[in-house]
Amino acid sequence: MAALSIAPALAHAALHVSGLRKSYDGNEVVAGIDFTVSPGTCFGLLGPNGAGKTTTLRCCLGLTTPDSGCITLGGYPIPQQAGAARERVGVVPQFDNLDPDFTAGENLMVYGRYFGLKDATIRARIPDLLDFAGLAGKEKARIQSLSGGMKRRLTLARALVNDPDIVFLDEPTTGLDPQARHLIWERLKRLTASGKTLILTTHFMDEAERLCDRLAVLDHGQLITEGAPRELISAHIEPQVVEIFGDDAPAWAKTRRALGERLEVAGDTAFFYCRDPAPLLAVLSETPALRYLHRAASLEDVFLKLTGRELRD
Amino acid sequence: MSHQHLFALPRPGLRWLPVWRRNFLVWRKLAIPSVLGNLADPLIYMLGLGYGLGGMLPQVGGVSYVSFLAAGTVVASTMNAATFEALYSAFSRMHVQKTWDAILNTPLSLDHVLTAELVWAASKSLLSGLAILVVIAALGLTTSPLALWVIPVIFLTGLAFAALGLIVCALAPSYDFFMYYFTLFITPMLLVSGVFFPADQLPPALHTLANWLPLAHAVQLARPLLLGEVPANALVHVAALLGIAAIAFSIATVLTRRRLLK
Repeated sequence: MAALSIAPALAHAALHVSGLRKSYDGNEVVAGIDFTVSPGTCFGLLGPNGAGKTTTLRCCLGLTTPDSGCITLGGYPIPQQAGAARERVGVVPQFDNLDPDFTAGENLMVYGRYFGLKDATIRARIPDLLDFAGLAGKEKARIQSLSGGMKRRLTLARALVNDPDIVFLDEPTTGLDPQARHLIWERLKRLTASGKTLILTTHFMDEAERLCDRLAVLDHGQLITEGAPRELISAHIEPQVVEIFGDDAPAWAKTRRALGERLEVAGDTAFFYCRDPAPLLAVLSETPALRYLHRAASLEDVFLKLTGRELRD
Repeated sequence: MSHQHLFALPRPGLRWLPVWRRNFLVWRKLAIPSVLGNLADPLIYMLGLGYGLGGMLPQVGGVSYVSFLAAGTVVASTMNAATFEALYSAFSRMHVQKTWDAILNTPLSLDHVLTAELVWAASKSLLSGLAILVVIAALGLTTSPLALWVIPVIFLTGLAFAALGLIVCALAPSYDFFMYYFTLFITPMLLVSGVFFPADQLPPALHTLANWLPLAHAVQLARPLLLGEVPANALVHVAALLGIAAIAFSIATVLTRRRLLK
């Protein structure tokens, strides 16, 4: 019964990846990963730098051939029929690669032609696309005159020129100011609401928590966990966090480990992970020299617990 | 896992045209300075050397020096235009602006992109060569209708040098790398292919070797045509240029796949 119910789900999956492996010069960047993205959902691929996120996306788009594994994108086997699959896919790359010689409108027109769309079809879509990207009236604007946030939104509009079913977004808000990030988030929510499937990589945990229906954490080329954001938080981490800052905080915390289920120290901050923070907060209220922050556990706590606190390059 | 697909022959299909159009659209924005730039430099050489140096020479290859130089100028500037486009411009689009990466996210493949770049560089060199041909005709340096056959020769020459240039582009770590190609290949070829003086002035061994070079084939097609003669061994030269274009483009395709699709 279980097998019978899985098979049709896979056939209709927006993206299905199984046993994916890819090595560069003997270094296994993607080391056997499996995941499935259901249509109309937002799937997040999280992981520190060098975890294998971009390589996974490149494999899914058919831009590089995996060493082994099986990928189906929009019903097409990848890489064998990647061109056909990409007809129904939009991509927002990590680094903007808009055409600097063209205006905003020309960028959309030229890009639409790559999909074999007629000029009249593209021309009819341009006002809506610019409007969606918050760039109404900017059709004749030159790329150099656009801010970083505007370029990012134009890249998003460009990814939608073929009205795709599936949109890949590689770190869509990296380098943007908070206003621009919120605007992108709002637009991405509209896309999922309209039935499109989003597959995004990010290392902003608040972004993943807000946008993703499901997410997977990738590290050293392997999926270390997968689930809905709230599920991951409740499965992996104590619900309450108390952060204590200051030069004396780590030493102070180490002598009071028993006040929380788990203690982590990073730099001058001590993180107490607790089911019941009341005893710790009571002690802290009698220690006015220490500054502290009490908050609910977040996805970032899960991420740091699973992938560690040491720097990645 | 083998990487056989990286070594497959180019499979351009018919979808490369929008990429060619993209390059054309960029060029159109800067067309006048581009054509003037491509025209001025070779004409200054042709007229300066042709009339200046030519005034001291009786006849070269049976005609006035400036008439002799005309054909060489056409094919040499075709070579330069195709080479610059396939090196600097293509490299900018591939490596600096990441235009190719953007295109590869659409249904188009790298083979489409490279075919478009090949044909585009040849098209641009055609404009460059054609502009010089028009000036040569206006100056009365060619009068034969056979000169019209130089137009396909220009395009063919452009294809051969565009394909060779795309190999260098695929291998280049940065713009500086292109200097080697010019210093070690383009400039020596310019001097031994019969552009400025008849190639039989060269030592016999060098002359034989130079006959294999793409520019030499182009010169041996263009010069008789501009002088109103049917070129000797025309088919051999056409086949040589086509062969060079096909082989070089296949190599460029494999190298670029290895660079970008790994």
